[in-house]
Amino acid sequence: MKRVYAREEVCAGCKLCEVYCATAHSEYPNSILKAFLKQETRPIARILVEVDQPLSFALQCRHCEEANCTQACITGAMTKNPETGIVTNDESRCVGCWTCVLVCPYGAIKRDETGHKVASKCDLCSNNDTNPICVEKCPNNALIFAEISRGGE
Amino acid sequence: MKYLVIGNSAAGIGTIEGIRQVDPEGSIMLISDEPYHTYSRPLISYYLAGKVKPEKMYYREPDFYEKLNVNLRLGVKVEEIHPDEKTVSLSTGEIVKYETLMLATGGKPIIPEMPGLQFKGVFSFLKWDDVKDIEANINKYNKIVIIGAGLIGLKAAEAMVGLEVKVTVVELANRVLSAILDEEAAEIVQRTLEDKGVEFSLNNTVKEIQGSGDKVSGVLLQDNTELECDAVIIAIGVSPNKDLATEAGLAVNRGIVVDDYLRTNYPDIYAAGDVSEGYDILYKQRRVLPILPNAYRQGYTAGHNMAGQEERYHGGFGMNAISFFGLPMITAGIIKPDSSEFTEMIERDSTKRNYRKIVLRDNKLVGFIALNEVDRAGILTGLMEKEIDINTFKDKLLYKDFGYAHLPKEYRQEQLLGVIKL
Repeated sequence: MKRVYAREEVCAGCKLCEVYCATAHSEYPNSILKAFLKQETRPIARILVEVDQPLSFALQCRHCEEANCTQACITGAMTKNPETGIVTNDESRCVGCWTCVLVCPYGAIKRDETGHKVASKCDLCSNNDTNPICVEKCPNNALIFAEISRGGE
Repeated sequence: MKYLVIGNSAAGIGTIEGIRQVDPEGSIMLISDEPYHTYSRPLISYYLAGKVKPEKMYYREPDFYEKLNVNLRLGVKVEEIHPDEKTVSLSTGEIVKYETLMLATGGKPIIPEMPGLQFKGVFSFLKWDDVKDIEANINKYNKIVIIGAGLIGLKAAEAMVGLEVKVTVVELANRVLSAILDEEAAEIVQRTLEDKGVEFSLNNTVKEIQGSGDKVSGVLLQDNTELECDAVIIAIGVSPNKDLATEAGLAVNRGIVVDDYLRTNYPDIYAAGDVSEGYDILYKQRRVLPILPNAYRQGYTAGHNMAGQEERYHGGFGMNAISFFGLPMITAGIIKPDSSEFTEMIERDSTKRNYRKIVLRDNKLVGFIALNEVDRAGILTGLMEKEIDINTFKDKLLYKDFGYAHLPKEYRQEQLLGVIKL
């Protein structure tokens, strides 16, 4: 499947990907201003920029082939779509127990405590074809959306 | 039946999903003595507290069995296994033949011998029916005693507080959650529960349940204190539900003994989950690890093997994520080492109830406690699982923003550019 990969050598650490991701997953997906100023709770990005100067890179759910989070989920809310390969969390069934946070080796699942507590994670903007918003908006092309095949995949 | 699965919880469901990934056709029968579509056992305290509605208790979609073409037999008990004939006999009188059998029979509550267990108002806290029994008369309970301050006991306590029942927890150990927390973290958690009105009696246990008429009226503790109450929840722990296996002559220890492929001493009989003894990579021995992620993973791997693959189960270790009254904690592995081969590193901020402890052995991470600040704790779990040498970044493990930026470049790129298979 296509995944988002970071090119750390050209990432400037600007965190624009976080801003666009948070907006795209907010109540106002088309307006950064409205998403951050009008939404009652602060929008949460599902991508995370790690910084240890001068190094920086963005990281999000890897949509693992055999995902720890779907296997460990106590409610069955976290599932991998067998067709697209995208791992998503059914927030209506999630109880915020954070078992997925415990088992995700990438630290890619966030806690959304703005309402009913739920695990929040990258959904590849819920498609497996066009560029997710983080890739689309990165000013340095530090994120690419591609199929990289590695042994066994 | 090509595949017969006994048990309808995480290990049994993992088995079915594992089988179907390899063999879309072979006939599967699943037998469970409970009458329910597969549901999540860890959610029973949420259900009791009214936080999860009945329709959200289910562990898989309503059409799960249909979609995976499973012949489902609910409310039926397996009476006996005959490994030499490869059959099981059911409570309905039927005899079912199998080619491969999965024992995912789970655990049962440990109920210590004591006078008074027969009184109405004595409960265990493991199955959906247990909390439905509590719920049935919930208005009659004003004060409850919970025996055991483990994960189950404290989740029960949290739910009962939400229902405005006064709770006293009696625990034999010197602290709450002694299996997953050290003294310092346990004290923070205990104080959080005390702030919500829960009372504790530690280093103590219930010696006798007292009754008036046929109902619970109180308990007598080991130190001879008497506590009035109108219900008791016994939450001391679970033990493997292995009687079927023992009677059939399978090799059993504390749990059913399985090899690296989840096979018992009969090559066509497998076991997974709370009933089995899997390999613990930290303690380097076979142990019963009664946690859901382990149960699912074992079942899933066994399912592959039942369908003809040869997949090794690499082993697991204890790990838990849980919250009480909004205070989250994630812990894994050896959290309170007792010998000099271990090193501990601790970071605390008691004004915020934050506590983080790292336990190392031979330059490898073998345990951690993350209390309150739990974000990205899975990176630590991953380092444990993959037994990564942490020597070059040891001093960064306690950084608040510890992440892949602090890991060696080769490891980071291998992890982030590829997608690891477990």
